[in-house]
This record gives sequence, structure tokens and C-alpha cells, in this order.
Amino acid sequence: MRHVFLDHQSTTPVLPEVFEAMRPYFIEIFGNPSSLHQHGLRVRDAIANARSQFAALINAESADDILFVSGGTEAVNLAVKGVAYANQRKGNHIVVSETEHPSVLSSLEFLEKQGFVTSKVKVNPIGWTDPAEIRAAITDKTTLICVHYANHDIGTIQSIAEIGTIATEKGIPFFVDAVASAGWLPIDVQTMGISLLSLTPHRFYGPKGVGVLYRNRRARLVGVQHGGVQEGGRRAGTENVPSIVGGGLAAEIALREMPIRIAHTAKLQKRLWDGLKNSIPYIKLNGPEPGPQRISTNLNISTEFIEGEGQLLLCDMNGIAVASGSSCVSKSLKISHVLAAIGLDHALAQGNIIMTLGKDNTEEDVDYVVESFQKIVQKLRGMSPMWDEFERGIIDSVIKPAGRGKSFSEHAAAVSGKAAH
Amino acid sequence: MSDTYTLYNSTVMDHFMNPRNMGDLKDADGIGEVGAAACGDIMKISLKIKDGKIEDARFKTFGCGSAIASSSMATELIKGRTVEEAMSFSNQEVVSALGGLPPVKIHCSVLAEEALKAALEDYQKKRPSVPAPSRTTQLQPMAV
Ligand code: FES
Repeated sequence: MRHVFLDHQSTTPVLPEVFEAMRPYFIEIFGNPSSLHQHGLRVRDAIANARSQFAALINAESADDILFVSGGTEAVNLAVKGVAYANQRKGNHIVVSETEHPSVLSSLEFLEKQGFVTSKVKVNPIGWTDPAEIRAAITDKTTLICVHYANHDIGTIQSIAEIGTIATEKGIPFFVDAVASAGWLPIDVQTMGISLLSLTPHRFYGPKGVGVLYRNRRARLVGVQHGGVQEGGRRAGTENVPSIVGGGLAAEIALREMPIRIAHTAKLQKRLWDGLKNSIPYIKLNGPEPGPQRISTNLNISTEFIEGEGQLLLCDMNGIAVASGSSCVSKSLKISHVLAAIGLDHALAQGNIIMTLGKDNTEEDVDYVVESFQKIVQKLRGMSPMWDEFERGIIDSVIKPAGRGKSFSEHAAAVSGKAAH
Repeated sequence: MSDTYTLYNSTVMDHFMNPRNMGDLKDADGIGEVGAAACGDIMKISLKIKDGKIEDARFKTFGCGSAIASSSMATELIKGRTVEEAMSFSNQEVVSALGGLPPVKIHCSVLAEEALKAALEDYQKKRPSVPAPSRTTQLQPMAV
């Protein structure tokens, strides 16, 4: 059986050369960078080098603006809470796009309990945040603007440079969560007006266990984890040296290979979506069409009349690794908040599958996925009462309404006695 | 990958991959269709009942792997039971027959219990008020 990994948004394998670069830092070069002897000093150099490699990836003014943390989530937590706390005397208002990653939204919920106020700016049906609406949400109490670069779920690319201009003009720190896009989209924190940016190398063939928070010197930030004086006092805790070294190299390679990786995944993205939409009826792409508004690695689809977990499991049994935003897949039994934000019908959100491409996927992989997925959909539709009821004209399609029968949501509400969420 | 890891145990995976009794019954005596309030999924169970006994059962499910496995198992379990016995059917039976479900997936087995009970209720609603030992009336499936 062919194995196709189509979940690069969750993580990626470490490049062999990255792994080799990390190897000595486990046994041979094991020092703690806080130590003042040879072992420590040697490791400091390696960390400084990684800082420069990450700074180059996003064109930071200085390597000193790179803070190492434990991962993307910690980078986000530090950015959101660290800026909010540092500016408490100035204001308590934060402007955010409603389709941020849960690490951003949950950090804000935590702050709201302490008296901070957030304005969640709505997105349009393809998940795009209008910079004009960000501007309109700003008050004289606003101390932070948070907008992601590419959406982790539906791949929408936000107008970061435009929002950056607004933030610069108003003198408000602008935090960009780039965990889902770093290494896959060109980033220039200087020209884009970005004050803080989060990323993690395990999304671009580096190791897990390390994240980066870029912060320019004009953005005030207080640490939220206390202990020793690592990372300029902004992040206590012994550095994950091997992952920092490996991550730095992964960043250097990602920067060098970015045009090739983008071109390759963009080609496969188009082939995959064309293949799926041409062979499967009642299937919909969520988010923008492949092109300049969508990250080249992401496809987020909804297959009507069937649920996502079943699709995911059958894909897995066919060697294809995918993700889903269906409520049945989530631990909270809620559909992805991004799909809810773009106003996707509940039935379509239930049928959601997320396929994220990487540099090692091939055209043969894509063709195999199209062929297998077609069979999977057929099998599950054969088991679905909704498909049968659609064919009998009792319920209608949301994707391509036939103009007969009631909507799935009405039907679901009638049989469950409760409105679908 | 030499081993295959699965989200559910092998019994659940088997019932998901090779569901038993999947489909509809042409001349069903009772049809129940219910939705899960928790996640919004839908299950339908059709029954063929003769002399107060469940002769045949079929399911169709719009839901997760554990919902599909639960409906497959539930239809297996209730075949051959009397209507009375089936009235006290509980999702617990499905869960144990499947060798357990993850806690967050227990509600999918409740859906199977509810679909079965809805089918039995539908059967009782449609049953002629004077029970005849051998019924010849053709019952129409509920318009759903
Ligand atoms: S049917 Fe939705 S979680 Fe099982």
C-alpha cells in the first residue's frame, strides 16, 4: 500500500541533515548555555548561530529579536499575554481576527477573565480579515492587534502588510501568528510592519519542542514564565539546545528552498483539488481558490452527506494521513471554529477533511489520493441516511441545491429535537 | 510502518470497516431516525418484526466511526429478540459488545439505542389496534 502523508499542517519529518546537525548536541556537546565554562560557552555559540538563521528567515533587524521558547503555542502565549501585561497601564483592549488559532483565542479568554477586553473581527466567507475592519475596531485603549498570516485550517492568507501599516500608523504592537505559514510564505517583518511573530520549525522539516517568538525592540513584552535569566529575562528555562540548533538549520534550508517548495506544493494543490472536484460530486473547497490568496500547502474540503471522522479513518486505512474539523473528531464535539466563522453549513462542517501537502508529496501520491478518496466517499455515502434521503428528494444539497426537500440542518434539528451547532 | 495503530479497538474497527446489516429494509415494520444532540449526527434503524420478534434489522448512519460500529453492533444484537426485550435494550450492551468505546464516544452508542427505540415506537404506532397473530397488512415506511 502506498503511504501518503497529507497532514503537514500538524507536523513534518525532520530533514536528515537537520537530524545530523542536532546529533552531537545530545551527548558530546551537552552543555547548558547558562554555564560559564567551556561546555556552556560552546553551546552559546551554536544558539547564537541559530538565532541568526531564524532572523534571516523572517528578515528581522537583529538576531537579538529572536526568543526561543518551547513551541508555537508558547510563543503565542508569550506574545499575547506578555504584550497585554506590559501595556496594562496604557490600555486593556486587544483587536483580533476571529479565525485565530486556539492558542491565541484561549490566551485571550484567559486575559478576559482578568479584565482585558477583546474585539473579534469577523472574516468574510473565504476567511479573509478586512484591514478596514481591524482599523475600525481599534480604540484609544487598544494595546495589541493579533492577526495570523495564513490560516491553520483553511489556508487563507491575510493582508498582513496592510494591517501592519495601520498598526504602525496607530503605534500599536502588531502580533502575527505565523506558525501555520513560516517556511512556506515569504515573511519580512520589517516591511510588513510586524512587531511580534510566532513560528515553529517542526512545520518546515525541523524538530518539535522549539518555537520562536520574534519581537522587535519597540514592542514591550514581559515574561510569563519565571525562573532564571534566559532569553534576555523574557523566557526562563534551560534552552532546548539540540532542537534550537536543528530548527535554525531547518530555517536556513526553508529560506533557500522556499521558491521550489512553494512551486511544487502549488502544483500538487491544484492537481489534487482538480482531481477531487472532477471525480466526486457534491464536494466543496473551503477558503480561497488555489492561488495568491491561499497557502500552497492547504486544501480544506467538505464532502456532503457524510461525516469527517469516517473519511479520516478510511483514508488512514488506505495509507493516507489527513485531518478533519468535524465535531466528531474534536474532543469538545464542536466543529472547527474557523468553519463556523466562515458561516459553513453544519452538515458541510461535519463532512470536513483537511489535506496539507509537503515537499515530498508527488503527483503519483496525489493521483492515488484522488482515486482512493473517491471510493471512500462512495462507501460512506452508501451507509449514509442523508445521501439516501437526498436521492429521494427529502433533503436538499447545500453545495448544489436541487430545489427540493428541506435543508440538512432543518432535517437534523427535526430528528434530534435540537438545532445543530 | 510495520504495525497498524488504530483509533479504536479491533472489534470497533472491524464493525466500522465491515459493517453488518447496513442498508434499508424494503418493507420495514418500524423505522427510527434520530440525531445526536452532541455532535449533530444522524442514525436510522429499520426493523422487520414478525410475531412480536425482530426478524431483521438494518441501519444507516451519518456519523463517526464509533457511531457506524455502534449501529452495526446494535442491529446484530437485537436480531431475534422480542419487541419487549428490545424495549429495554441499552447502549451499555453495545459498548460492552464492542469491547469498550473512548469516553467521548459513548454518546454515539446512545444514538444506536435511541434509533432502535424510535424504530420500536414507530412499529407500535403503526401496529393495528387489534393485534392479529399473522399480519398481512403491508406497512409503509415512515416518510422521513
Ligand atoms: S457520531 Fe459524532 S462523535 Fe460519534
